[in-house]
Amino acid sequence: MAEQVFSTAHKNVAEPERWVSVVAGAALAAYGLKMRSIPGLVIGAIGGALIHRGATGHCMVYESMGVTTAAEEDDGSNVSIPYGKGVRVEKSVTINAPQEQVYAFWRNFENLPRFMHNLESVEVHDSLRSHWVAKGPAGTTVDWEAEIINEIPHELIGWRSIDGSKVDNAGSVHFTPAADRGTEVKVILRYDPPAGVFGAAVSRILGEDPAVNVQEDLRRLKMLLETGEVATTEGQSAGRK
Amino acid sequence: MKAVCWWGKTEVRVVDVPDPKILNPHDAIVRVTLTAICGSDLHLYDGYVPTMMRGDILGHEFMGEIVEVGAEVKNLSVGDRVIVPFPICCGRCWFCKEGLWSLCDNTNPNAWMNESLMGYATAGLYGYSHMYGGYAGGQAQYVRVPFADVNPLKIPDGLPDEKVLFLTDIFPTGYMAAENCDIKPGDVVAVWGCGPVGQFAIQSAWMLGAGRVIAIDRFPERLRLAQADGRTEVLDYAEIDDVYTQLRDLTGGRGPDRCIDAVGMEAHGTFIDAFMDRVKQAMKLQFDRAHVLRQALHCCRKGGTVSIPGVYAGFIDKIPVGTAFGKGLTLKMGQTHVQKYTRPLLARIERGEIDPSFVISHRVTLDDAPEMYRTFRDKEDHCTKVVMRPE
Repeated sequence: MAEQVFSTAHKNVAEPERWVSVVAGAALAAYGLKMRSIPGLVIGAIGGALIHRGATGHCMVYESMGVTTAAEEDDGSNVSIPYGKGVRVEKSVTINAPQEQVYAFWRNFENLPRFMHNLESVEVHDSLRSHWVAKGPAGTTVDWEAEIINEIPHELIGWRSIDGSKVDNAGSVHFTPAADRGTEVKVILRYDPPAGVFGAAVSRILGEDPAVNVQEDLRRLKMLLETGEVATTEGQSAGRK
Repeated sequence: MKAVCWWGKTEVRVVDVPDPKILNPHDAIVRVTLTAICGSDLHLYDGYVPTMMRGDILGHEFMGEIVEVGAEVKNLSVGDRVIVPFPICCGRCWFCKEGLWSLCDNTNPNAWMNESLMGYATAGLYGYSHMYGGYAGGQAQYVRVPFADVNPLKIPDGLPDEKVLFLTDIFPTGYMAAENCDIKPGDVVAVWGCGPVGQFAIQSAWMLGAGRVIAIDRFPERLRLAQADGRTEVLDYAEIDDVYTQLRDLTGGRGPDRCIDAVGMEAHGTFIDAFMDRVKQAMKLQFDRAHVLRQALHCCRKGGTVSIPGVYAGFIDKIPVGTAFGKGLTLKMGQTHVQKYTRPLLARIERGEIDPSFVISHRVTLDDAPEMYRTFRDKEDHCTKVVMRPE
């Protein structure tokens, strides 16, 4: 069975990403094997798979997801991440507030860091362009320029990173009235993590799951808009030091 | 300040911890004047509720005096005397506005933990595990009260602490259990468990028009307390062969119309299923022991209601769903929507319809907490309810 898989293997990983795979794979393998535990073995195995992926240019995860990064395609569409590439996250929340109010709060991008924990700041340049700074791995920051590419007042805001950004990403947020329940907010994010889809899987294993982050961000948005504050216990008393 | 902290399974300690601070604009700080140990604290004590951490401050039944308010708290002033309901609620979300306070959307900072277990997250609770928000509890000299603009209820002068403290949990819990029964005039109501919640369920069943109330327990002092009103009938299940047969005989072969399980997940039983539950719980194959719930489902009359104020936290085996389905039973349960009941029940206390202090058996200070947790858990020394003064 394994032979069959290898015999049909073809290149579906782009050259720079193959090098990232080999380096990240070696680091993970070394880290994992040092742990001398079952999770360590798993991480080591992932590292091994990354090395294999980098060396052969074939990624089984990409294949199973129907993704290829080997041939750069340019479909000339209006998004910075072409369809079928990158990581896609979709999450919803219902907020007990009028559609106009929820929309207006989001439309002022400088409000976003108040509920998006991985976002440090957003600086709005003009009605379309803004500068985003996010927390990266291990205390670093990543920043990019974004522009609004689609907007229907009170209903939809769509944005994408501008060509040449370090982190290619695009997103949209949809506001729909929900009868007597307020407003349904649906966020769709698509981004191209530095080590490809496989890098996203690794970051998930190491505890940074973008889907969970987005869900928790939306929960904080709901708290903020419904109550004016975000529930917390940070800084409270306890009997432990 | 002094605080009662969870220190591991069957260990609580009185620890000196930093005083609480205002963390959010709707917070207040309360100086605790009276607090209590709840039967549900014993589930924490016995280690059956997951996500507790060493050093967590316990306690969700407390009252006291406002000593500080956050910028957005306009309706309370320093010096006000308040009782504080055990669920922390925002008062603004759809659930709070529907009166489903304990299902509040906005007060659990660890909602994801709760959600992974239950599908959707519920309100934060004081001193009741990190899954329920990890909030510091009220068995302490001071406590931080979030959303103080909607949760606490001001208490008029002249009503002593002991008469109103139980508005924080067990009186509304017993009352909601009876209300969930949808009692019709003349109904026979059977109540399993004559601990404090059972006692309030019994008295509430009478308030709501029950024709007869039958209380089931095995501790003579608790049965005596239930009988003290002169009209509640009692069954000592340690003395009789079969609760089902007794209840059937007492109700002309019909069975009680409404059954209340005021025991919950650490039920004691004398049958084989109770023994199997104990083994499985000890082996962590299931969280909860459910002997009483099974018995209530079996004993309830056709088309009746089984109401569950007793706390269940996880999974249980061998619940006779076929019995509940076959007899067309209605099951109602859940954490109490305390804020919905505090005003009407305070009014009943003010009118003299009930003096909730009748359940208190032990009056101690915070320093006695470690010993009192053990005494209450083992039901030694006729212990039914412990209240503690922080000073």
